[in-house]
Amino acid sequence: MSARNHTRVQADEFDPSAELQGFGRGRKNVGAVVSFTGVVRDDDGSLDRMEIEHYPGMTQKAVGAIVDKAITRWDLAQCLVIHRYGPMRPGDQIMMVATAAKHRVAAFEAAEYLMDYLKSRAPFWKKEFTKTGKTAWVEAKVNDEDALSRWEENGLA
Amino acid sequence: MVDVMYFAWVRERIGAPREQVETNASTVADLVEELRAREPRYAEAFKDLSALRVALDQELSDFDAPLKGVREVAFFPPMTGG
Repeated sequence: MSARNHTRVQADEFDPSAELQGFGRGRKNVGAVVSFTGVVRDDDGSLDRMEIEHYPGMTQKAVGAIVDKAITRWDLAQCLVIHRYGPMRPGDQIMMVATAAKHRVAAFEAAEYLMDYLKSRAPFWKKEFTKTGKTAWVEAKVNDEDALSRWEENGLA
Repeated sequence: MVDVMYFAWVRERIGAPREQVETNASTVADLVEELRAREPRYAEAFKDLSALRVALDQELSDFDAPLKGVREVAFFPPMTGG
């Protein structure tokens, strides 16, 4: 893994503002820092909690490899990904991505690329538990795969 | 002998997170055939391969991939991270 790669897979909560303290700082070649935080959503008030299962062993490697690709492709000075597993409540933070690059286009594109790949190529599975005791595995969407082909068409994925 | 792991609803349908499987299957698809023949819960879990993904030694792979030298096979539904 690249030294610019900061990947963490954890059950614990995290504080995005604390994570961004000093991120991309102290480097003369950084002109743009972009960050994204994913939050547990509850569209109709029926969700009690979500549980994210993962594949210990593979997860860290798969996420690390996706981050390394983004670092190379957009020449990122630094890249941070934190992805949680285990039980989470609506409003809880699931994951965050931060990119530091020379220019804004690279920082934004790299963050979007990371989100698209983490969604369908990192071994996480979400299960929803409703307040009435129903459970359902979240299904992958067809447009999740379309989102990946967008990066492949450029011939660089 | 390979370690076979199951995640998400595949794990729930089969009723175990992992097991050791004695097999001479040459590809993942051959291993799936052997598992399907075991018991209805396996046949049910492996009914539709287009709804499944496979990783060999923790790398995403394909159902026609060879199993030679592989120690860990994992079956799971399409991933839903992010």
